[in-house]
Amino acid sequence: MAPQDRLTTFLNRPSSPLLRTEGLSIAYSTHKVVTNVGFELGRGKSLALIGESGSGKSTIARAVLRLLPATGHASGRVEFEGQELLGLAERRFRPFRGRRIGFVPQDPGNSLNPVRTVGAQAMEAAALLDEPDRAVRKALILETFAQVGLDNPQRVYDSYPHQLSGGMLQRVLIGLAVLPRPSLLVADEPTSALDVTIQKRILDLLSKLQEELQISLLLITHDLAIAAERADSIVVLKDGAIQEAGNTAAVFSSPSSSYARKLHGDVPALNPGRYRPLRDPGFRRLGASREKTPKIEVSGVTKSFTVDGKVLTAVNDVSFEVQAGTTHALVGESGSGKTTAIRLLLGLEQPDTGRIAVGGKQVNGRSPEQLRSVWRHLQLVYQNPFTSLDPTWTVEKIVREPLDRFKIGPRQERALAVRKAFADVGLGEHLLSRKPDALSGGQRQRVAIARSLVLKPDVIVLDEPTSALDVSVQADIVEVLLSLQVKLGLTYIFVSHDLALVRQLAHTVSVMQRGRIVEHGTVGEIFDTPHQPYTRALLESIPSGAARFARAQPLQQRQIFNEEKIA
Amino acid sequence: MTLASLSSTPRVTLIGRLTGLRVSPVVVLSFLVVALAIVWSLAPGLFTSYDPVNGTPAQKLLGPSAAHWFGTDHLGRDLYARVVYGTASSVASALIAVVIGVVAGGTIGLLAGFFGGWVDTVFARLVDVLLAIPKFLLAVIVVTAIGFDTTNAAIATGVSAVALFARVMRSEVIKTRAATFVESSFLLGGSRWHILWRHVLPNASQSVLPLAVLQFGDSILVIASLAFLGYGDPPPASDWGLLISTGKDYLKWPWLVYAPALVTIATVLSVNRISRWLRKTD
Repeated sequence: MAPQDRLTTFLNRPSSPLLRTEGLSIAYSTHKVVTNVGFELGRGKSLALIGESGSGKSTIARAVLRLLPATGHASGRVEFEGQELLGLAERRFRPFRGRRIGFVPQDPGNSLNPVRTVGAQAMEAAALLDEPDRAVRKALILETFAQVGLDNPQRVYDSYPHQLSGGMLQRVLIGLAVLPRPSLLVADEPTSALDVTIQKRILDLLSKLQEELQISLLLITHDLAIAAERADSIVVLKDGAIQEAGNTAAVFSSPSSSYARKLHGDVPALNPGRYRPLRDPGFRRLGASREKTPKIEVSGVTKSFTVDGKVLTAVNDVSFEVQAGTTHALVGESGSGKTTAIRLLLGLEQPDTGRIAVGGKQVNGRSPEQLRSVWRHLQLVYQNPFTSLDPTWTVEKIVREPLDRFKIGPRQERALAVRKAFADVGLGEHLLSRKPDALSGGQRQRVAIARSLVLKPDVIVLDEPTSALDVSVQADIVEVLLSLQVKLGLTYIFVSHDLALVRQLAHTVSVMQRGRIVEHGTVGEIFDTPHQPYTRALLESIPSGAARFARAQPLQQRQIFNEEKIA
Repeated sequence: MTLASLSSTPRVTLIGRLTGLRVSPVVVLSFLVVALAIVWSLAPGLFTSYDPVNGTPAQKLLGPSAAHWFGTDHLGRDLYARVVYGTASSVASALIAVVIGVVAGGTIGLLAGFFGGWVDTVFARLVDVLLAIPKFLLAVIVVTAIGFDTTNAAIATGVSAVALFARVMRSEVIKTRAATFVESSFLLGGSRWHILWRHVLPNASQSVLPLAVLQFGDSILVIASLAFLGYGDPPPASDWGLLISTGKDYLKWPWLVYAPALVTIATVLSVNRISRWLRKTD
């Protein structure tokens, strides 16, 4: 014991890194997910682990916190303040978890117990403080809540989790994590479940806390632009192995591995002009067809719902037009009415007032039977390819379903049409006999696109078609969509909260806020000369990739939008 | 070397597949027990040479031995032979009960869940009425109404399980109906019936399967209980429940109760274990 203690004090000199992993390998039963990972994180510094889903980044975070499931086994070394953590008995590790290593989870909505108040749960976390007096502990909690930017700490303390917005919950969780003043904060995708403008504010908060409290930050993210903006150094992971590591500026400006270069090229925020050749034909069409009747006309559409006796206007006097062969983007935060707008357009909901026409035919006011003839030319691709395909069907059957339903052509022709749609979206025919479970997320979304293409529609409505997918997969899907537009002259309605992506592929844009279109115009007009403060706030939330400019901004300058108040 | 690698390859994949399915030894044993019960019911003559109906009075009430595994009863009949020959009627009646429960209950649940509105209200009240009557009492009432024999006992057991299946099916259908792929099929031109049969039914019935297996074990018990009370076929039939019932009159010779009871317990436990395994592996 004694020699080890001496070793610890020896390593504990200030210059040694706070967290150091060496030869870290992790396996779930026999399946190896992380191989030979080593990195160092200094005191008060930040390090981003980036990679796609399945790259092992969250597994590494869990190994550091020793939260791996029972089947997981880690080997190698994880040193924290010179102390080896992996070999430590659970009883001796517990003083580290929470007290010295804090954790901010991915989904704030699922991380608090819904039947207990925030305060009751905060008191649990405060048990980690060596503070016997309950009143003092409560005061410390309220002080921390104020520090993480919660305007009314006492009210938050007395609230139940469902009474707070996602952004506020994440602030609470960050507050609970920094309450015992840990020296390391592990944040696992802390913003991926949040809206873009809130995402920026949460990241600002983490940067601020890191500076004020001298906390080191281990940030797990899939977004290279965020990592570049927030971290001092970057570790790029793929399939559990390090592809590239080093100083952020170096990795970012001159990536040496091909994977890091590809990742860099796939991030929409960093490559606004990537699809220019594929998009230009649409701009020409837009210019040429100014006088023609638009493909889609939505004028003065309003829709309200009655929820718990309160009337909620989801879409308020919305009008827009889309020219044939172009892409129109609807952008806004969650709850801004984007989804309701497209459901109205598809005839899945009936508007209270207003008129919707697609290809000159009126959509609203039709019976379900009459709508079928509209859907023949108007198709939808859903946000989540994991729920939009029937898990009990084979992919071939899924893609052929619309042909069978609309009784188009004889059997052999249908089989050919399915194969053609498959080829159009870049899928191999060997996948035809598979079920959706046996496909990756990107392949599933391609199947969903093939299914909507097989009817040869004129208009495809895309409801956040890439938000559930990795950036590189997203880039593939966008490429497929744009080349199909060039080839077939399709008209797209593209719903998204990702402005960087919209800037890459849209021709015209409508910005929605609380059910209204606050600003619309061509993509150039919106992104270069935004008039509304809301649009400007959205644009500012695009991670610029410019290294850490956000640090300088004081936290108090927060603009309050609909998300950040007690519901 | 070549031979060894050739012979080892298929074995590796088989083991890999089994570990992939995570089959525990208990589940394997359960499958063996159920398989044995099924073979007993299909070809009882292969497992015993004794006659289940006509005994040798001189050999009455013998204890278990190598010649008579489960001993003999008061008429000198081999008890093992009677258990084996009784399997067919016990298993078959349990199957009838499950089929009635799944088909009737499933249909009610499917229609109620899919159409909602007044259809749901009518079926839900019907199911409530069925649930309000104790299950076993309901079975007894049905048998009394349609006549005392094992098939009728099976029908009664099935009727008493209708409510259970209807409720599970209804909740599964409601869950599936809200799924995105159902709406997408609607957008792709699918009619309500198409969606109901091709999308909702296959997805919703996935969780009914483990329940059906569970109900199979339960039905064996209920039918045995009905037979015990004399609601099944009269002797010389040898339903497991009837064997236990006859055995209870000869408590000085306890194997007459224990042997058929243990067979029943083993079968029901095995079926329950398989059902649990099905639910976990999904």
